[in-house]
Amino acid sequence: MPEGLTTQPVPIAGSGSQLRPQPAYVEAPLRAFAIATVFWGIAGFLVGVVIALQLAYPALNLGLEFTSFGRLRPLHTSAVIFAFGGNALFLTSLYVVQRTCRARLLGGDDAAWFLFWGYQFFIVVAATGYLLGITQGKEYAEPEWYADLWLTGVWVAYLVVFGGTILRREEPHIYVANWFFLAFIITVAVLHIGNNVAIPTSFGSAKSYGAASGVQDAMIQWWYGHNAVGFFLTAGFLGMMYYFVPKQAERPVYSYRLSIIHFWALTFLYIWAGPHHLHHTALPDWAQVLGMVFSVMLWMPSWGGMINGLMTLSGAWDKLRTDVGLRFSVAALGFYGMATFEGPVMSIRAVNSLSHYTDWTIGHVHSGALGWNGFITFGVLYWLVPRLWGRTKLYSERLASWHFWIATLGILLYITSMWVSGIMQGLMWRAYDHLGFLQYAFVETVAAMHPYYVIRALGGVLFLTGALLMAYNLWRTVRAPVVEEAPVALPAGSTLPAAA
Amino acid sequence: MSHAVERDEITGTATTGHEWDGIRELNTPLPKWWLWTFYATIAFALLWVILYPALPITGATGLLGHTARGEAEQDRLAQSAAAEPMLARLRGADPDAIIADPDLRAYAIAGGRVAFANTCAGCHGAGGQGAPGFPTLADDEWLWGGKLAEVEQTIRHGIRAPDDEATRSSLMPRFVADGMLTGAQANDVVEHVLSLTGRTTDAAAATRGAAVFAENCASCHGERGMGNREMGAPNLADQVWLFGGDKASLLRTVSLGRGGVMPAWEKRLDPATIRMLTVYIHSLGGTEAR
Repeated sequence: MPEGLTTQPVPIAGSGSQLRPQPAYVEAPLRAFAIATVFWGIAGFLVGVVIALQLAYPALNLGLEFTSFGRLRPLHTSAVIFAFGGNALFLTSLYVVQRTCRARLLGGDDAAWFLFWGYQFFIVVAATGYLLGITQGKEYAEPEWYADLWLTGVWVAYLVVFGGTILRREEPHIYVANWFFLAFIITVAVLHIGNNVAIPTSFGSAKSYGAASGVQDAMIQWWYGHNAVGFFLTAGFLGMMYYFVPKQAERPVYSYRLSIIHFWALTFLYIWAGPHHLHHTALPDWAQVLGMVFSVMLWMPSWGGMINGLMTLSGAWDKLRTDVGLRFSVAALGFYGMATFEGPVMSIRAVNSLSHYTDWTIGHVHSGALGWNGFITFGVLYWLVPRLWGRTKLYSERLASWHFWIATLGILLYITSMWVSGIMQGLMWRAYDHLGFLQYAFVETVAAMHPYYVIRALGGVLFLTGALLMAYNLWRTVRAPVVEEAPVALPAGSTLPAAA
Repeated sequence: MSHAVERDEITGTATTGHEWDGIRELNTPLPKWWLWTFYATIAFALLWVILYPALPITGATGLLGHTARGEAEQDRLAQSAAAEPMLARLRGADPDAIIADPDLRAYAIAGGRVAFANTCAGCHGAGGQGAPGFPTLADDEWLWGGKLAEVEQTIRHGIRAPDDEATRSSLMPRFVADGMLTGAQANDVVEHVLSLTGRTTDAAAATRGAAVFAENCASCHGERGMGNREMGAPNLADQVWLFGGDKASLLRTVSLGRGGVMPAWEKRLDPATIRMLTVYIHSLGGTEAR
């Protein structure tokens, strides 16, 4: 790995920023975070494909406790959300905060290396626990108390490093991306601690019991669970978007005013929406209604980020033909907009009575996770990896373009099959015959879903295939000499803009 | 670093004058459609909070007086009110009278089909086709009797159900394991059983086994192995096998015994559902008259 290479910002017309001296930014640990993002991404996607196939073909559980769906499922969700998404957030937040504050990271390389190894250690400890059957049984909060304590320490260090870098900034204002990153770091700390208050049965035991019980426990869990989506997968990734989309498009952010309003609206409203995960349960009616109306109010604040991202491309839409990284980011914003419209719709109690517990929810989560979080991360990696390793360009734009289309097809297969499967499942559960008897037995709904499970697994295979192409492409970018290739074919009569 | 406010050439909008690492921001006003849609969702939220329960106070149900529990209870009452006349007739009628009445019979089969799929299909198969250890219900071979009253008795009290004193309880002994037969005797008697369906591989052993059979097996299975429903003892002279009819399976049966368990459903299902299940199972193909 070449030492001493610093990132060369892409010159932007009319910008005078390159005239000012830059501090020596921390970069080596960021390269490690980039590698970890790709590694855990592929690991998480692979486990996702395995469990999708297990649902279609239960024999693939192999009759072993360690490879059963129940243990592999949290391995998949944690690997993609916390390992893939988490490393992407560490990578981008630490990269962005230094440049937009024009300040070297607080604590320098040592602090960043601690964050890197501390976080990877958490991932491995949590993941091995899942396979051994050690779990709190709380969705997205499965790690037991010892892993939670360790993560708390790493996370507080993250807050200190990130916040401290903001405090020593050379810029008069804090850039919007950093508002979102800071909201993500602080809120995830509060959520993580609040949802994991537990007492171990002994200090020698992995088992603990949560402080809350019954419906209070459920409510705290989904206050946590929904805001893991809201602040980890939404606010954090919006921070990513606010830096890398303007960079890729080489255009100013569309609206400063919109960024302020939608930031505060999103932050205030999201934290109330958790009860919509507990519609039609023992949760009191008033909490369900509040959860629903706050979810409905979230629609426009969520879309504020999409509008700001997409409209930033005004005057730069032609770049979509030539810049695959930007194409990923823009498609990500499209999926983000779709998922954040679908979410409020599904939070309406009448809709939820059909969608709850069905595959529709799984499809909804994946249009956000694959489309929004996955694609924006891929877009960032294609832009950032050449810069972090001091390369002038990507090994192959053409391969990246293949990645884009293969993965897009994969997502479409995934979410359309889950829409059909989920809505069919919900309708079959509530279908009555003319005499007033339930029309279908549970097992009949399971049998009916089989073909959609096969299609979903195929979608997952395509998404994984795209990620493998990306890993190869990035590997060659970092390792191999740059190879000249013919430009991507353009429609007759069109011209390439002058190379930047 | 702050810059002077500039005008963006492409959009004609002013910037805020801020700049970070080459990124600037336009000072575009909030899109009108965005703002008014946001206001509309807030208005919707306020309306809903007034109409529906939204305060952590017991009894605060909102203007519509709606509660989830009340809604579910209404649904349930409407459902049972619609079903009650037929269910009352089912509970009151003799099972044989049910299958004689086309309306009652159709209703019982429709309800029994769903109850069967949710309750029985896990062991007996979706169409009552059975599985090793779980009898086929769609044929006319019955262990404990295929008349309506007998089927209903089995459903209510189960087979060897540990929590029901009226359950059907006899079972196949562990002849070898408990020292009642030697291994050689077991082999002989299995050869004899195979000979009942013309499949013996060792005529001499089968002949020896006939004596063992007469002494140990005939009391339940009958002298000619035709079975006995009083004991739930299967007919050994047909081609229907609950635990497998090959020599290895039969040796295991004689050596270690058999005794499948069926739950007693009387405590878990209401009488009308049990009656509908009875009629449905009876309709699967194994019809036996009163």
